[in-house]
Amino acid sequence: MGSLLVYVESSEGQFTTGSLGVAAKAAALAGELSTSVTAVVVGPGASERAATLGSHGVGRVLAVDGARGDEPSATEVADAVVAAVRAESPLLVMANASVLGAEVAGLVAGRLGLGIATDAVDASISDGSVIVTKPAFDDSVWVECGWAGEGETAGVALFRAGSFSADPVNGATAEVVGIEPEGSERHVEFLGRAESTDEGVDITQADVLVGAGRGLGGPDQFGVVESLAQALGGAVATTRAVVDAGWYDYSTQVGQTGKTVAPKLYIAAGISGAIQHKIGMQSSGTIVAINKDANAPIFEYADFGVVGDLFEVLPKLEQAIRESS
Amino acid sequence: MKIAVCVKEVPDAGASRRHDPAADHRLVRDGDPALNPFDAHAIEAALQHAEGADGVTVTAVCMGPASAQRSVQKALALGADDAVLISDDALAGSDVLGTARVLAAAIERGGYDLVLMGQQSADGECWVLPGVVAALLGWPVLTQAASLSIEDGSVRIDRQAEAGYEKVGASLPAIVSVSDAINEPRYPSLKAIMGAKRKPLEQLDLAALDLPAGSVGQDGARSIVRSVGDPPPQPGGTVIEDDGSAADRIVEFLRERNLV
Repeated sequence: MGSLLVYVESSEGQFTTGSLGVAAKAAALAGELSTSVTAVVVGPGASERAATLGSHGVGRVLAVDGARGDEPSATEVADAVVAAVRAESPLLVMANASVLGAEVAGLVAGRLGLGIATDAVDASISDGSVIVTKPAFDDSVWVECGWAGEGETAGVALFRAGSFSADPVNGATAEVVGIEPEGSERHVEFLGRAESTDEGVDITQADVLVGAGRGLGGPDQFGVVESLAQALGGAVATTRAVVDAGWYDYSTQVGQTGKTVAPKLYIAAGISGAIQHKIGMQSSGTIVAINKDANAPIFEYADFGVVGDLFEVLPKLEQAIRESS
Repeated sequence: MKIAVCVKEVPDAGASRRHDPAADHRLVRDGDPALNPFDAHAIEAALQHAEGADGVTVTAVCMGPASAQRSVQKALALGADDAVLISDDALAGSDVLGTARVLAAAIERGGYDLVLMGQQSADGECWVLPGVVAALLGWPVLTQAASLSIEDGSVRIDRQAEAGYEKVGASLPAIVSVSDAINEPRYPSLKAIMGAKRKPLEQLDLAALDLPAGSVGQDGARSIVRSVGDPPPQPGGTVIEDDGSAADRIVEFLRERNLV
């Protein structure tokens, strides 16, 4: 029986937590199927740290050291994964849905003519095959996906970031084999990373966060969230839309791209609560949401929601909190 | 330079969507379908480049039922020069791979230098289509562009990834998906809406794309939906409409939980 093949992603010289979680899930599935987990790693120094993947349940690692840029590009990783699939004929290819992981999954599925299931949050065994579970339509329905067609490898499954725990399960070491995949003719070039400019508050350490979304309307409207955060002894957090628009610093961003936070209290102001944001703050102790749009997804997981104008509600809330303390 | 923008028609985002256990768990969607809102950002990015350079054409490419013509017209009203709509009964039930095969064939036929897409569809939410299409064409793929520059036969983007903002680039032809933060899509004027009806709209079927039967549609699907059900129950919170007392109600709630 073929193995389960996991792409374990490297970023800045370390394996990413999300992809280690997928490896751990693969190890649990492999145990049920009496097979093993093979990982693919790519990037400078990847093979040197690859043996440690044994502690996440990986038996064997196929490693490509180095990259054309400082970090491997999607085409380089896809070349490695395609070579691994051809060599191993795995039952399934599994990856974490990072920006790079999603590109790699798409490239691998296209090049090998495989089915692809995205945004999965869990996987299980049914009739000897791995099926995945994914929420759809803003998490309003739960869909079970399987595979069709010939061939030993069923498809590519891409898992939502943070779906699985990445804690090491034991102290085992994995066997590491270097591979030299045939390179694609046309490449993506990794050209560099913007230096972080801000050394401000660490939002992951705050007990209270006031999250500000696109509903704030513009960069000069943040006084209302800043003073509420101050009244609560907390800090301001933001969404990707706010940061990409240049309204607030990247260091405050919560979500899949950004920080993961779990304060005692998260007050979401003008945040729709799309899944990319939810991933970063769903573990908060209590979530309060204020949004004009009654259909905003945030109301589905807020403990207390207000459909209303944040510019009306927040100043009154600040005043009430200052009076009560 | 020829730019193609892939567009999709999706159910109205505001409309209710539910699965119907009585009808074989098919999804029931209310409301009128519309142009995928994420695609409007890709159209805007193409138009902004076309407006700042000579000899750039923008073509909207859509796979969908004949009724998707409405969304194609919207793309033309926004400013695309012409459009291609691929419709065929045999396409029903296509998965990501099948959809990518159709789009790749249409892109090859059109001879484009750059293909833009939205970051995701509002209904399928799969995010991976650009990569699959790129693989079938042997082109590089760059996704989730927060800014985009095209010069000297290459494309470079800035984007947000897990470790911060990064720059990636590739030579043309290439596939690029844009994030919804890249721009604010324009609204079409009434004149543009009327003018869109006179723009060329080419309708193609599968035969025109020379795709083998069985490689697309239900028969070609390699990923399948086995079942659709309700999500696990979540502890429901309280949601109120602000009648002026919301701030006090929030404080009351926070006090119950000893948070103030």
